[in-house]
Amino acid sequence: MFSLQKKEFMDLNINGEKKSVVIRSADTLLDVLRNQLGLTGAKPSCKNGDCGACTVLIDGWPVKSCLMLAVEAVGHEITSIEGLKETAMQKTFIDCFAFQCGYCTSGFIMNCHGLSRIHPGADYGIIREWLQSNLCRCTGYEEITDAIKSVLDQNAALEQ
Amino acid sequence: METVGIGVSIPRKESPDKVTGLARYNTDFTSPGLLYAWMVTSIYAHANIKSINISDAIKISGVHAVITGDSYSLLCGPVIEDRPPLAKGKVRYFGEPVAVVVADSEEKAKEAAGKIMVEYEPLPVVNSIKGAIKKGSPLVHENLAFYKQVKPNEIFFKPGTNIVQHVKIRKGDLKKGWEQSEIVVEAEFSLPQSNHIAMEPRNVRAEIKGDGQVVINTSTQAPFDVQEMLAQYFNLDATRVIVHVPLVGGGFGGKTTAQLEIIAYLASKAVNGRPVKLIESREQDMTSSPCHLGLESKVKIGASRDGKIQAAQFTFIVDVGAYVDSGSKMTRAMAADCTGPYKIDNVRCDSYSVYTNHTYVTAFRGFGRLSYVFAIERTMEKLAFALGMDPLELRLINALKPGDTTPTLVGLNYSNIGNLSECLSRLKTLINWDEGVRTETGNYKVRSKGVSCLWKTSSSPPDATSGAIITINRDGTLNLNVGAVEIGPGTKTSLAQILAERLKMDANKIHVAMEVNTGVSPNHWKTVASMTNYMVGNAVLDAAEDLIHQILKIASIVLMCPPEVLEVGGGKVYMKEEPQISIDIKEIGNGYENPNGHSIGGQIIGRGNFIMHQLLPMDHATGRGRLGPAWAVGAQAVEVEFDTRNCTYKILKAATVIDAGKVLNPKCAKGVVMGGMCMGLGYGSREQNLYAQGGKRENPQLRTYHLMRFGENPEYIVDFVETPHVIGPYGMRGIAEHGIIGIPAALANALSVAAQVELNCTPLTPEVIWRTKKGESK
Repeated sequence: MFSLQKKEFMDLNINGEKKSVVIRSADTLLDVLRNQLGLTGAKPSCKNGDCGACTVLIDGWPVKSCLMLAVEAVGHEITSIEGLKETAMQKTFIDCFAFQCGYCTSGFIMNCHGLSRIHPGADYGIIREWLQSNLCRCTGYEEITDAIKSVLDQNAALEQ
Repeated sequence: METVGIGVSIPRKESPDKVTGLARYNTDFTSPGLLYAWMVTSIYAHANIKSINISDAIKISGVHAVITGDSYSLLCGPVIEDRPPLAKGKVRYFGEPVAVVVADSEEKAKEAAGKIMVEYEPLPVVNSIKGAIKKGSPLVHENLAFYKQVKPNEIFFKPGTNIVQHVKIRKGDLKKGWEQSEIVVEAEFSLPQSNHIAMEPRNVRAEIKGDGQVVINTSTQAPFDVQEMLAQYFNLDATRVIVHVPLVGGGFGGKTTAQLEIIAYLASKAVNGRPVKLIESREQDMTSSPCHLGLESKVKIGASRDGKIQAAQFTFIVDVGAYVDSGSKMTRAMAADCTGPYKIDNVRCDSYSVYTNHTYVTAFRGFGRLSYVFAIERTMEKLAFALGMDPLELRLINALKPGDTTPTLVGLNYSNIGNLSECLSRLKTLINWDEGVRTETGNYKVRSKGVSCLWKTSSSPPDATSGAIITINRDGTLNLNVGAVEIGPGTKTSLAQILAERLKMDANKIHVAMEVNTGVSPNHWKTVASMTNYMVGNAVLDAAEDLIHQILKIASIVLMCPPEVLEVGGGKVYMKEEPQISIDIKEIGNGYENPNGHSIGGQIIGRGNFIMHQLLPMDHATGRGRLGPAWAVGAQAVEVEFDTRNCTYKILKAATVIDAGKVLNPKCAKGVVMGGMCMGLGYGSREQNLYAQGGKRENPQLRTYHLMRFGENPEYIVDFVETPHVIGPYGMRGIAEHGIIGIPAALANALSVAAQVELNCTPLTPEVIWRTKKGESK
């Protein structure tokens, strides 16, 4: 269906909007988000699936956008950090000082946000399993732990 | 209005941008007509380049230029000019840039790069420090003696060898020291090269405008240095080189030297000055750009029975890789502080840099201290064991105090050294030291603790300078413009807090320019050495005095009183005696209009600067000198749970007590210290550049080069002692690097106690511990 070099029109459903892009089948979702849609919140860092700085949500699940072809995202709901507005997770990351340079932060927030929706009652084992896919070189992870736990606790309190 | 100044944990000013994806890093920007560059890098660690065939590459449509080392005759380096920006004639490390393609897109550039045929003739490889110093070793640089030294007396090499720097410390009378020593211990240590791994890989955009102005957009810690270096290398007027630096995605020392900027400039030049973007892949960032030094060391310490150290001798041999860059400066900094924070009157240290066919090195968090502190702190442990003394007690007995001198004979007082004894005492309580250092908990598990001490000052040029400019807005808020780069620790926020404290106002009403632009920002030496809050902070305070002086001058006319009776605070100028008589700063900050329309003043602009003073280059024969204004000292501990069956372990706790002088922003300070500790645990337990036979890098990826991951971090305990450094802003000391320094040693001390074997190398993987137990060397 696709050739490597030929470009095709595609529609991507991104942050609740339909966006037409012209892509090669070899283009990663990360490159299309950044280079065609100007959504630079997802960061290139290892481009090998090792660090999670490019994490976005696909139908609510965290996915490393450097490992996903843009064509694979067609027909799915893509949420990038730019699609989050005033969420508890963003606010709590600030309150907990859960970042320093900020380069890994979009990826961490997307992963944490996805986790808080999919596993609202996640215990530390689940948190650890999910967040091991993201690297932060500035913090010692304590503040990020505080942030995700705090949001999960807030959610639990709201439900009661 | 309440003062929100120092000592308050206000979130980083750029926080809202960092959680919304709106924070822009250099790699996020594009520009009209942008071309893309891709580097071809060496697949050999040491080889002659016989030929480079670019004919297939240049034919590809969309390719604009291919450049190689043959196109230029240029050598670079901050201390000695030994490095061609692109390899010329031969390659000296795996990953060395050999050619660059400039094309319409990154895909095209990569495709063309794949078609460049480089014919190599492999040469014998210097693949270790031992290999570099053995007789008859191949030379990495045959022409060492002919290289230009940037400054005289910075480097002392041995022609005809790979030894490119030798720094000596000769303090006291070593012979007498050994005579007074009843116990002497000795050991050797080995620490590998590692990588910075800032999450933002190094990247740059370069452009040469029609009028010759060079515009560099880069992810650097040293914009003014990049400006100066480019001007120097290409004979440009420095003021015609404009360097822009937005937020930087981590540095850790790795972004302190001009490297990629030089290549990008050459690439732009090759395409008539069009803008060119050069981004390193993670693999290139880990192999082509400079990394963290490796160290082989030997330490011998003698003490009297009461535990007092009488003599010490150190040999440090630093693997600087294929080019010197700042490796020779770190070699010097290690010698200057060689004893650790201990009183030792008789000292000999020989600190060498050697060339190898490894990736070259540059500054890394701690500027060398991480590595030699491991050696001394492991030897202290050995000494405590030989003396039958509590290791923490031994450190307390020997801790540097006011009145003592450093290895370079700097006289110490509370202001410049702080209070290590207090740090150790607090640490002792925080980690329940008295419950015992080794506990068998059953099921083959052992819990154990190890401690270490650290100290660090800076190693800036003696004339390093900083500036600050403050302007007043019409609403009374302030703009602060400084040349320090925001690489993560919250520097810009801390500087606003320093200013807010002086003006008795709310730091949230001070806007700090996040971008640095060498065309409009005042100079700041480099955002390095934990010196930014100290240097720029002092410049900010100087600017604040200037601002206040001007505010009072206008206010005294308006309020019809002498300026001496007025005070600034809470956004107002008021009479000290009758504070209700006042005027808002916003009424006078941009000129004051009298009721009759006649106006005075204009926008008030405060300017200030700071220059390092009283620094003294080290004497080559004895080492006497002063590299930095003051030290920050600290004590650290690590607690592990070790499995005696398979040598695996969990890091349970890590603790740090640092004398910070004054904590400016407690949460930022704690975060930076914890981050350093985490990085230190990574270096101690898993990180290393693995070089295969032939010098090829085996692990240039985050899948094979392991960092600490979420959940592997221990419980952190961080505390601060506050002994003011009297010339630091509000007494503060630089502490941004310090969290990492003693942690690998504390980890090794804990694991050595647990495994009951001397562990004198890193990374301490279970396999290394197991082999050491079996009596095999690493």
